[in-house]
Amino acid sequence: MALINYATREINVKIVYYGPGLGGKTTNLRWIYGKLDQNTKGKMITLATEMDRTLFFDFLPVDLGKVRGFQTRFHLYTVPGQVFYNASRRIILRGADGIIFVADSQRERREDNIDSLENLRDNLATFNLRLSDTPYVMQYNKRDLPNLMTVAEMEGLLNPERVLYFESVATQGIGVFDTLKEIAKMVIRKF
Amino acid sequence: MGSPVAKRAGNQRLNMLIDRIKLFESGFQAIKENIEKLLQQSDAKAVLLVDRDGNLITNAGETERVDLESFATLAAADFAATSQLAELIGEQQFHTLYHQGERDHLYFQALVRNIIIAVIFDQRTTLGLVRVRVKHAAETLSKILEDIFGGQEQAVPEEEPRIKDISKDIEDELDRLFG
Repeated sequence: MALINYATREINVKIVYYGPGLGGKTTNLRWIYGKLDQNTKGKMITLATEMDRTLFFDFLPVDLGKVRGFQTRFHLYTVPGQVFYNASRRIILRGADGIIFVADSQRERREDNIDSLENLRDNLATFNLRLSDTPYVMQYNKRDLPNLMTVAEMEGLLNPERVLYFESVATQGIGVFDTLKEIAKMVIRKF
Repeated sequence: MGSPVAKRAGNQRLNMLIDRIKLFESGFQAIKENIEKLLQQSDAKAVLLVDRDGNLITNAGETERVDLESFATLAAADFAATSQLAELIGEQQFHTLYHQGERDHLYFQALVRNIIIAVIFDQRTTLGLVRVRVKHAAETLSKILEDIFGGQEQAVPEEEPRIKDISKDIEDELDRLFG
């Protein structure tokens, strides 16, 4: 949930990366962390297993600095994608001001994408929220790999509300900043 | 694929406003005074107030060597995870958490409105004293928080800027940062 502290002149916004396991959520965050200046980024926290799979969440604070006197920060979180970590996913999703759904474009991940999106809707429902009432964008990741679904297929499968979508290759940073910039703007416009 | 593609395939409905915590000078000062009082009365190293989404609301004491943003995020996550544990054994939540270290220890107390007090303390005080002082402070702070957040949504004072008025500047800053 966004925090606006007029006394200390601070604005905090929470953005959550959601999607199936191994879809590229953590890779998005690592790219952002690697590219931003020290002044702009805070410490990246990763709660992962020994096999480097997200166990609880990744966290990266991005500080825009003072905008009209308000210190403006975006708190970026990823959820664990693996199916059995749903309790962790629900905890992190709580209070999200904006969501980036990172879908895996490989044809063999078709069902995993559908299941994860369904899981997102179910988890939001536990907070009496609907996805359609939350700012969100789609990111179709791994567009550099073979055996891809077409964008039209992915749109048909995953994006019935026709929200904005981005094609990405998170390992190379393609589409990473564009996706984040857009969801951040969507959230800010709703204030 | 070429350059990254962003396409709008339809109009988005963004009717609902973002749910948010708004704090103004008077309420914030009341909170801050009570956090500082708790720090003195408990002989703790530091006291922090965070919400369950990981936002740091205020802090007092020796926090120079603590990464406050990380602390707030992990404290909120700690509380959230143990709340799930509580549910598994039939409890709604654990109201307090205690972590014992070699030198420094942590004591967390849940307040109303999804706010958490976090106390960092060492050998200068005892768990018993911290527990008692936090309990008293929690009662006062919970009343203050209910006064602030319990009623209707607060109106932004006349002299304060509307966030929607500065949203364009934030968007410009996002463009500058992310190209």
